[in-house]
Amino acid sequence: MIVAEQKPLAEIKEMLEAYQKVLVVGCGTCVTVCLAGGEKEVGILASALRMATKLDGHGVAMDEVTVQRQCEWEYIDPLRERLTDYDAILSLGCGVGVQTLAERFPGKRVLPGLNTKFMGLPIEQGIWEERCQACGDCILDLTGGICPIARCSKQLLNGPCGGSQNGKCEVSKETSCAWQLIWERMTALGMLDRLMQIQPPKDWRTSRDGGPRRIVRDDLRLPEEYRD
Amino acid sequence: MTNTATNGYKASSNLERVLTKGYFAVTGELGPPKSQDAEVIRKKAALLKGVVDAVNLTDNQTAIVRMSSIAAGVLLVREGLEPIIQMTCRDRNRLAMQADLLGACALGIKNVLCLTGDHQSFGNHPFAKNVHDVDSLQLIQIVKGLRDEGKFQCGEEIKGGGPRFFIGAAANPFGDPFEYRPYRLAKKAAAGADFIQTQLIYDMPRFREFMKRVVDLGLHEKVKILAGVGPLKSSGAAKYMRDQVPGMIVADEYVDRMEGAVAGIPKEDKKGRAAAWRAAGIKICIEQIQQVREIEGVAGIHIMAIEWEEAVRPLVEGAGLLPRPVVD
Repeated sequence: MIVAEQKPLAEIKEMLEAYQKVLVVGCGTCVTVCLAGGEKEVGILASALRMATKLDGHGVAMDEVTVQRQCEWEYIDPLRERLTDYDAILSLGCGVGVQTLAERFPGKRVLPGLNTKFMGLPIEQGIWEERCQACGDCILDLTGGICPIARCSKQLLNGPCGGSQNGKCEVSKETSCAWQLIWERMTALGMLDRLMQIQPPKDWRTSRDGGPRRIVRDDLRLPEEYRD
Repeated sequence: MTNTATNGYKASSNLERVLTKGYFAVTGELGPPKSQDAEVIRKKAALLKGVVDAVNLTDNQTAIVRMSSIAAGVLLVREGLEPIIQMTCRDRNRLAMQADLLGACALGIKNVLCLTGDHQSFGNHPFAKNVHDVDSLQLIQIVKGLRDEGKFQCGEEIKGGGPRFFIGAAANPFGDPFEYRPYRLAKKAAAGADFIQTQLIYDMPRFREFMKRVVDLGLHEKVKILAGVGPLKSSGAAKYMRDQVPGMIVADEYVDRMEGAVAGIPKEDKKGRAAAWRAAGIKICIEQIQQVREIEGVAGIHIMAIEWEEAVRPLVEGAGLLPRPVVD
């Protein structure tokens, strides 16, 4: 899932300086699961901001709403009429959610309350780790199900580098060396000979390097008269 | 189309000729200055002339910005020494790499060491984006393709044949997983590496074990392996390397010997302590050179006397490796 974290309160307060009435919009999907922007977090943040801005002498009126998913028009369209009451929207959705709101309601100031971090999973309660970089050309079959693009600090396809020590990456002792993990997994699978093959340079066109990406599924598109 | 102007050698660099003729090679290293001061290079070059077969120029080592390896290499060529330029995968994509290699060749450089590169978080610009468009294995293949096929990485032919380099790579006998390291060296040999320089050795048993496995795989016949050695400057330097440098192992024996060297010299006598440390550092290094010469598969040494280029001559001389061979 998409994993995000709330911005520091001071940063959010500064963003709200110019505004009197703000709607805090949460999202019921990824950011609820990673406990950053769901209904509960919206409530807590809105309270904190009411108090903090009041103490500053500039009380901002904050209302709350949480939609099922901030990244789809059909879930945010019902907000349209309500928005006329507000100066600004503070989105607690991921970066996609923020932009979806901004694009759908171009007359409204939409501010990001979260820092979207990565695609990953909770490895235990309270700890999330990055697992996928959306490179667009998945090679997990070659590395025993462990991604070197997302998990190797240098995105090596023929790792490890010389900085791998005791299974840890030179960048941080909290980061496992992805290639140590790959080597162990491939050994367990009896596939070490695969690691002796030299992987050629990656085609980065399918990744963000090729430009902002797009998928068109003609088999799923509506006839013109039914499109938005 | 291959370039036949190299007398049967791949690049006809001095290092290549020395190794091909079976001499025990000696390479040195020079860290370019953190400025545009060419005089620094000239001064260091003077200390290394006639003492080593070729000199590495590091490439933003430890992710700290310094004069570029190629620029420093050109200055070295002008001083009559032979450079080995280093190229990391951290700072350049495949376009910049190939462009730089074309330029390096045009400017008289014949050896290149292909490296991954320390992560930028270690250096003075940790905010930077890193590149890693290709990794060191792929870079070796690219350089080989330029030389032996006369083609760019995209497959396009280079008019008149491509630049000819003697291709180097690094090996770290002290990195993990230890069992995999000899196989990674095998991959580099298969990719086209001609010579290998190892990380600094301060754990001789582990290095011996590594070389045993390398020889078992027959790799010493495919690539020329130069053992990395360097004189310790002080017990503080020894501890720093043991504790702070990624991928390095320093046996306590070396730290102890360095500490022992200043036993009895009062702390206020800074000059005395420094001199004692330096003497011990050089003595230990000469012993190490003699030890690695006896290990099967070692074709030479790579001396890394960091910010202490004056130590290289006494080391090479003390190990009985002067004068350096002149091979036509």
